[in-house]
Amino acid sequence: MKYISETFADIRKKKMLYFMILPLIIYLIIFAYLPMYGIIIGFKDYSPYKGIIASKWVGLKYFKMFFESHYCWQIIRNTLVINLYGLFIGFPIPILFAILLNEVRVNKYKKVIQTITYIPHFISIMVISTMIIEFCSSNSFINSIIVFFGGERKSLLSEPKLFPLIYTISGVWQQFGWDSIIYLAALTGINMELYEVAKVDGANKFKQIIYITLPGIAPTIILMLILKIGNMLSVGFEKILLISNPLITEASEVISTFVYTRGLQGGDYSYSTAVGLLNAVVNFILLTFANAMSRKLSETSLW
Amino acid sequence: MRIKESRGERVFYIINTIFMFIMILITLYPIMYVIFASFSDSNMLMRHNGFLLWPTGFSFEAYKGVFENPMIMSGYINTIIYIIIGLSISMLITVPGAYALSRNRIKLKSLVWKIVIFTMYFSGGIVPYYILVKSLGIYNNIWAAVLPMVFTPMNLIILRSSIESLPLSFEEAVELDGGKDIEKLIYVVIPLSMSTISVILLFYAVSMWNTWFIPSLLLKDRELYPLQLVLREILISKSADDMMIDTGIGERAALFESIKYATIVFSTVPILCVYPFLQKYFVKGVMTGGVKG
Repeated sequence: MKYISETFADIRKKKMLYFMILPLIIYLIIFAYLPMYGIIIGFKDYSPYKGIIASKWVGLKYFKMFFESHYCWQIIRNTLVINLYGLFIGFPIPILFAILLNEVRVNKYKKVIQTITYIPHFISIMVISTMIIEFCSSNSFINSIIVFFGGERKSLLSEPKLFPLIYTISGVWQQFGWDSIIYLAALTGINMELYEVAKVDGANKFKQIIYITLPGIAPTIILMLILKIGNMLSVGFEKILLISNPLITEASEVISTFVYTRGLQGGDYSYSTAVGLLNAVVNFILLTFANAMSRKLSETSLW
Repeated sequence: MRIKESRGERVFYIINTIFMFIMILITLYPIMYVIFASFSDSNMLMRHNGFLLWPTGFSFEAYKGVFENPMIMSGYINTIIYIIIGLSISMLITVPGAYALSRNRIKLKSLVWKIVIFTMYFSGGIVPYYILVKSLGIYNNIWAAVLPMVFTPMNLIILRSSIESLPLSFEEAVELDGGKDIEKLIYVVIPLSMSTISVILLFYAVSMWNTWFIPSLLLKDRELYPLQLVLREILISKSADDMMIDTGIGERAALFESIKYATIVFSTVPILCVYPFLQKYFVKGVMTGGVKG
């Protein structure tokens, strides 16, 4: 009670400051918290005519339906496979790139390399997707590289097996420069004297990177890893919606695209909301778990 | 103390330089290919296999096709209008919000901050979003294209940390003159945070320029389409018939080939023109924002 009355007193005293956060609060209520309230349709038989409140409660019906469906494990597997590719290919590359970029000694070159490698980050998903589709076609230059290494020309986007790789590599191309910024920032915090001392002790470049550079940016790496693990069950669906085709849906259908096609195209609002909620909750649990683990092991955490 | 470079080090630097060169090549070549293809003759491009090191059969035909397409032009104008309105609203939400939530100005600061951060890790999902936002009347009108994009928690985090890193003495000076919060914000905090504000303006503008998914859910009329949705029709759905009126059936597919690339260039150039000017600021912006919040 005391807290509440003190809060009211605070609001009365600092009207202007509270007025300043009003637009933010209103925005979050409408665009973030109202949709969270909408989650209850996952537990109801929602019909647009009745509205959310009047629709009938059905409990966990749609959650059971999902787990009993024949495609359930396939789309969970696809989601995990794409994320594992991301973890093993997409995650280390920006770190490696940042470490090596940090070793470039001429500042001007460094700037130029940064400017260039950040460019793809700003290109729209629509354009990236078109480029993926074009560059995967059988007469593209990527196929020329494959031919050069003894393969044969083929349409790459018609092979389900290749899909996770295409998704990951195109993501790396677009983001590796941008994702390296955070590591570059961490690298500037490393004490340069450590390197001088290591050199006196006869440590070569490789050893310096292993024993000084990597430990120096470990907290940042761990933070990014927490975020990555927290997102193990989510895949950006925009690119998949744009580049997928019927030949490869067996590999490209992930939880988020399923929610979209089933819910917004198919009109199964309640069912897809339930699946989306399941996805969000598992993600949140994974994130909390990874965060707790990291706090215990390395004293680094998101919150 | 300066130690002479060893042979091993020299080898390392040479290999590193080569590695960087390869990374630049990998980044730039796909972009160069698109540019070359956009200036190519469509028929020759159709028959072309593999790498392009220069436009094949130099031609401006594709760009002519782009400029003569009314949909692309209306998409372009729509997007610019949406961005101007959107950025104004973005600033109205983000700047006062970041100021009021910086330092320990209000008692509810940590609660409000938690409410903001929570939205980064959990959301209602697209289906409830669609149903509820639509039911509020944000459907098939200009607000459907503008409002969903006007706020990102990350930009609030970046601006708040930048405000917190300003020396307190400036604000104290305003206080001595009897200035209230609004004066502090307008006369001290905003002018001193201009570099960060321009960074978040860029971030917002880029995401508004590039957005297509939510507009595709909430917009029905094609006249309201932002550029990216027009692009989807042309690039992905391949319904480029409008562009090929007056050309023979046989040439249709061919002309389409280079128009596609010209459309990409035309739609991406504005962003690539703005970004290098702001680059030196946004690296700092991303760093101060960090991932931590």
